[in-house]
Amino acid sequence: MFLITCPFCGEREQSEFKAGGEAHIERPKQPIELSDDEWAEYLFMRKNIKGIQFERWNHAHGCRKWFNMIRDTSNDTIKAVYKMGEKPPVK
Amino acid sequence: MKNKYSIFSLIKNAFSYHENWQKAWKDPTPKKEYDAVIIGGGGHGLATAYYLAKKHNMKNIAVVEKGWIGGGNTGRNTTIIRSNYLWDASAGLYDHALKLWEGLSQEINYNVMFSQRGVMNLAHNLQDVRDLKRRTHANRLNGIDAVYLSTEEVKKFCPIINTSQDIRYPVLGGTLQRRAGTARHDAVAWGYARGADEMGVDIIQNCEVKGIKRSGDEVEGIETTRGFIKTKKVGVVAAGHSSVLANMAGLRLPLESKPLQALVSEPVKPIIDTVVMSNAVHAYVSQSDKGELVIGAGTDDYISYSQKGSHDIVEGTLNAILELYPIFSRMRMLRQWGGIVDICPDASPIISKTTIKGLYFNCGWGTGGFKATPGSGDLFAHTIANDEPHKLNAAFNLNRFISGDLVDEHGAAAVAH
Repeated sequence: MFLITCPFCGEREQSEFKAGGEAHIERPKQPIELSDDEWAEYLFMRKNIKGIQFERWNHAHGCRKWFNMIRDTSNDTIKAVYKMGEKPPVK
Repeated sequence: MKNKYSIFSLIKNAFSYHENWQKAWKDPTPKKEYDAVIIGGGGHGLATAYYLAKKHNMKNIAVVEKGWIGGGNTGRNTTIIRSNYLWDASAGLYDHALKLWEGLSQEINYNVMFSQRGVMNLAHNLQDVRDLKRRTHANRLNGIDAVYLSTEEVKKFCPIINTSQDIRYPVLGGTLQRRAGTARHDAVAWGYARGADEMGVDIIQNCEVKGIKRSGDEVEGIETTRGFIKTKKVGVVAAGHSSVLANMAGLRLPLESKPLQALVSEPVKPIIDTVVMSNAVHAYVSQSDKGELVIGAGTDDYISYSQKGSHDIVEGTLNAILELYPIFSRMRMLRQWGGIVDICPDASPIISKTTIKGLYFNCGWGTGGFKATPGSGDLFAHTIANDEPHKLNAAFNLNRFISGDLVDEHGAAAVAH
């Protein structure tokens, strides 16, 4: 359990949030042209990083807005939080 | 040669105050080269090594383990064994494992305390009732024992369950697999390790893999904290850390690693002589031979390798347990822990070759790998030795995520994943 600073509401308990998995996976621009391999890559394959990971979160029991987070998955410390559409701060 | 464990060896060793037991496995330094190396010294990895040596006559092999054997998810699960899965492919896989469990203590001359005390799954809403009935029929068509129980029959089988229809999620029925049950998890790892060691397998502990070396599309060996080990075949059985090892080889897997928690209570006299699982409210409970209630909680929804889960997950599980078993309201919990489970999008495992020659993965067991330990090891050994899957694990290949031929056990597997 840890605290998350929602970019809209401020610091809240993690249990208020829903994790949305790896961030910055781009929806295919031309889905019709995708091969089966590319579909598998888009739909299923994940980096699943042990260490610094970029991910999406949703403040499900709060403002219900989506945002991005940089978190160290080896010890659950949060490095940065930034809004959807923004460029990740540094790294 | 290992001395056989028996009542006589127990008596004999009692005379020397149990101080002269033979070592169950050696502590070898890694050789320069092996015919195959298994990464991960949990139950699945050790079973793989055991069956490689036993059935496929591959004796020049090693198991490398980052920590100590059986110290990961093998020692962290709630030891439930069952095979009542919905789909044919899963039924084949898990029942193969269950059949091996039935003779395992004799096979490896190590008491794994396999106890067929039955596993009961409860239904709490109309959809549960329909799903469980469907699964019961599917199980029986696949030759797996399964019966559907009414609320009264549930109460009769496990009298401490609150079957009042006035609770928030009343018990509407359930299923029972009598051949299912539990086993002692440590003994499974130790028994397979002892058996493999006797056949010449090197079990190398405190040896972390730092890299997987390949030349082109072939495996050449592994970099470890105890030096480079040359080998043409690498079998990865690293549970929650599978993606970390895949990344070393430049592969991507469809896995997400999440914390799964469990907890045990203080020991009490026998009160529940079966395993009860409840999907809808996510509560499952059994009692260990020491008398502790063994309670499994759910996974957190975020990726984490920290082996710590959230408190609200435990709270949710205990809320459900208290409603179903009011008798436990004053029980105190002794210990709580987390393990990192690798979850596949279809909640089914991967026992497969990869695009790299000589590199094999056995992963994605998610929240339910313990039950499959002997079967998983047997089939993975077959896959590694023959460079071809056995017919029982053919469906569990990596390619299914490209072809779309998934084995979707998410809702169907009798418990939430």
